[in-house]
Amino acid sequence: MRAFDYARAQTPADAIGTDARIIAGGTNLLDLMKLQVETPERLIDINHVGLDQVERDGDGLRIGALVRNSDLAAHPAVRQDWPLLSRALLAGASPQLRNRASTGGNLMQRTRCYYFYDLDAPCNKRVPGSGCGAIGGVNRIHAILGASEHCIATYPGDMAVALSALDAVVEVEGPDGRREIPATAFHRLPGDRPDLDNELQPGEMILSVRLPAPLGGRQIYRKVRDRRSYAFALVSVAAAVTMQGGRMDRVRLAFGGVAHKPWRVPAAEQMLAGQAPSAELFDRAAAAVLEGARGQGHNDFKIPLLRRTLAAVLAEAVQESA
Amino acid sequence: MSNPIEVTLTHRMNLPDEENLLDRMAQGVVSTPMDRPEGPLKVSGTATYADEDHPPGTAYGWFVRAAITSGRVTGLNTRELEAMPGVLAVIRDNRMIRNPAQGGDAKSPHQGPSEVFYKGQPIALVVAETFEQARDAALAARPDYKDRSDRAVILPTRTDYEKPRSKQSSQGNLDKAMRNAAFAVDVEYDTPSMSHAAMEPHAAVAWWQDGRLTVRGSYQMLNSNAQELADALGISVKKVRILSRYVGGGFGSKLGIGHEGVGAAIAAQKLDRPVAIALHRRQVFEATHRRSETRQRVRLCCDADGRMTGIGHEAWVSNLPGETFSEPVTQATPFTWAGENREIGHYIGRLNLTGAGSMRAPGEAVGVPITDAAMDELAEAAGIDPVEFRLRNIPEADPSSGKPFSSNRLADCIRIGAERFGWSGRPKVPGSRREGEWLIGFGMSGVIRVNMLGDSTARVTLRPDGTALVETDMTDIGTGSYSVLTQIAAEMLGLPPDRVTTVLGDSDLPPSIGSGGSRGAASSGSSVMLAARAVRGKLAERMGCDEEDLTLKDGTAIAGNRQRDLADVLAGDILQGTGTIKRGAAEAHHRQSSWGAEFCEVAVSSVTGEVHVRRLSGVFAAGRILNAKTARSQCMGGMIFGIGQALHEEVFHDARDGSFMNRDLAEYHVPANLDVPHIDIELLMDDRDPYANPMQAKGIGELALCGTAAAIVNAIANATGHRFRSFPITLDKVLEKLG
Repeated sequence: MRAFDYARAQTPADAIGTDARIIAGGTNLLDLMKLQVETPERLIDINHVGLDQVERDGDGLRIGALVRNSDLAAHPAVRQDWPLLSRALLAGASPQLRNRASTGGNLMQRTRCYYFYDLDAPCNKRVPGSGCGAIGGVNRIHAILGASEHCIATYPGDMAVALSALDAVVEVEGPDGRREIPATAFHRLPGDRPDLDNELQPGEMILSVRLPAPLGGRQIYRKVRDRRSYAFALVSVAAAVTMQGGRMDRVRLAFGGVAHKPWRVPAAEQMLAGQAPSAELFDRAAAAVLEGARGQGHNDFKIPLLRRTLAAVLAEAVQESA
Repeated sequence: MSNPIEVTLTHRMNLPDEENLLDRMAQGVVSTPMDRPEGPLKVSGTATYADEDHPPGTAYGWFVRAAITSGRVTGLNTRELEAMPGVLAVIRDNRMIRNPAQGGDAKSPHQGPSEVFYKGQPIALVVAETFEQARDAALAARPDYKDRSDRAVILPTRTDYEKPRSKQSSQGNLDKAMRNAAFAVDVEYDTPSMSHAAMEPHAAVAWWQDGRLTVRGSYQMLNSNAQELADALGISVKKVRILSRYVGGGFGSKLGIGHEGVGAAIAAQKLDRPVAIALHRRQVFEATHRRSETRQRVRLCCDADGRMTGIGHEAWVSNLPGETFSEPVTQATPFTWAGENREIGHYIGRLNLTGAGSMRAPGEAVGVPITDAAMDELAEAAGIDPVEFRLRNIPEADPSSGKPFSSNRLADCIRIGAERFGWSGRPKVPGSRREGEWLIGFGMSGVIRVNMLGDSTARVTLRPDGTALVETDMTDIGTGSYSVLTQIAAEMLGLPPDRVTTVLGDSDLPPSIGSGGSRGAASSGSSVMLAARAVRGKLAERMGCDEEDLTLKDGTAIAGNRQRDLADVLAGDILQGTGTIKRGAAEAHHRQSSWGAEFCEVAVSSVTGEVHVRRLSGVFAAGRILNAKTARSQCMGGMIFGIGQALHEEVFHDARDGSFMNRDLAEYHVPANLDVPHIDIELLMDDRDPYANPMQAKGIGELALCGTAAAIVNAIANATGHRFRSFPITLDKVLEKLG
């Protein structure tokens, strides 16, 4: 850990527009600082600025950036109307980490790529231009979709996958004012700038996350991983499906563990909407999701794994909501 | 107070024990599930582990790692580092070691800081006023390298294996037996490189006073650790004291002196102030030891009745150049199962990779599950139930040497375990039982771990107030040494356990074998028993009776119709017994092992390939059980370790340079709570082994691990109809076969 300056913000305005690195729960940033993967010169602590409430927002919900993951997962409105979010949160990390981790911070967590963590290994995300160690290296946990020759890392979180499926909106404020970023567009693909994880600009801060009106229907978050808790997703599937007259009506799907961002394919959802469920249809939807998918060797299995998991999740969703 | 009246008793284990003394004592403390005396300290966070107490003026050290696979370090930006805030010294010293000593070596792997043998090898030590300053400076180190290689040759690609003659053996004609057999299997399995992953990272705090070194460290075998440290520093062992009061798990990774102990000692000497070094988790993974990856070929054959006629077991393992240790994969193969034609091969590849050392049950932990999984394959080929197949193949005597077994309860463990588990409900046809997407299967395994004794000495002091003090350099690595040694002394001296204080973990105390190889409790326990027995002899004199006619109970001495309070018998005197147990001929004439059987039910997802262990049951025989609670905990820990081995644990080495990529506990997976079902354990409390030691107790710390992975993989085969021969059984491997 490099020596750094520390300041405590009293209001969001204290943190917005500064060049200091924002720290909230610190569950990811502190680890990275100890390893010197991150070396901020200044930290600004936003744990005391408020933004820690979950409030009704019309038919939707506004979640303050500092609402802890445990509190959000347990919130009665979330459990009742957006169960997908609650389930995704509870699938992540451990109770201790969830008690500490914040809504905004969870969106900002960085990849778990082994090479990103290893200062002696090449990593374009950590040191632009140094190369990618994971290509041709150990890449069991890496991306099968949307990767580039510069980076095959994945976004590791669960919460954002649910937010993406639920069409949530991230509300941010910067020196030039407030703006909204759809959860589906918050994280980036690596392209030739894998050092940039998301669309948050320098000086901007996440204020809240807004959930639109409840989708209803069956909501399932299935996380497939190497052990039953405290492991990142190899593949996760977030699904919300409503049924009408034996046909799928509204379908929302998002996938974790497979790309540099939560993966959402509207074409696959449209393919399912209005149709009667069938194994053959689920397969076609999976094929649409997996269009362009490419394994890196150790992670080749994620391609059939996603296909099988999606089919099982859809079969469960349509059965129980019928 | 007066000087103690000293008495010694030494026993060499040449003949079987005929006295069975502990069964004749009156206190009734041994074998009970007594709580740990140090338990309240541990659960309240007040037991001070190695790095939890720093003397005033302590400076902090952090190692610089080699970022190359092999080569030489020719320079370092020392001046730049020395100018950084708080930096006191940048040390590259010829006394530094290449890798930790192997257990019991009593010598150190001298190396110096210049020649690099593996990526992650410590090549310099930065010492600063604070931990953070030391770390910051160490991460700014820029070594210069010469003859640098960034390439590692990992095991499967090697061809030039050493084949030490002493490690190969053959009897009969296995090839012929395989050809003539009614049923035969010839299969290859592999297990990955694994890491001990003890909860407490390796740490040491060193200081010198009047030319004598004290190191508070986290070590398992203090007597040999002191010798290793003295050897590394080139000083007399008399000048070294090591303290390890509490050790937060070792699993073999703290058997030998490590970088942190040697480095802290050198730095403390140079700076003339105390120096503390705690390895970061990432350093623990790459700069201590690992368990070697193995490739194993097993050939088994039997006649039409399922009686085995041959066993072949060959193992390919790896280690650094020059290391004498190599994973003794085939250790239990010579004696466990019947078969007159036998072949054992042991081949060692030399790699530029973090050194391989002892990890919980070296040998059997990876050897037994593989031979047992192959047994399961042979039983299936022969159409015989796996339980019945194993029962048919338990030999009368060690089939390799002809030696009788000291005791062999394997059949009892299998029969009792099958009953407890409900083995008769096993799906008869593999792949036939289904609950929704989940495929259900049962599997079982024999469990075997050799039993050993190590020379050990302890001192027991009976004080005038009728309380006792037990002292030895034995360690408690979470195993329960404090408990069992207290119980043994209390039993022998007829004292309630709260009147016995046990002091461990100080190399100035009488030397024990330490904690390693499941020898600790039986060896140091025997020395405590002998020391207490010596005291009993003195008390008997004072009571005017033979020792065998003396009853000690609840602080009183009873002989015939006379009963006196111990304080009264002691009359102000201190009685001090020193007991020593030594290895003898008993182990040469009889084959000694602890035994068990484990049974498992798994559910395998036909969608994702995930494997869930639903039930795990074990029955174990390890001679006298010294504490039913700590013994059960050891077995439970072993079985959980085995779940990890079967399903989770694997070091990911980058094949290009050997780097450990998953060097933290988020990515190196050991079982989490949800991975562990209710674990059912039965200990055969009536078991005794007179050839083992005077307590008739055997090793239990590693036993339960030695078979678990087979019970699980055999259950997966029963669930899915597929055999999996590459550990761990991760979902991608399952998916590949489920199709």
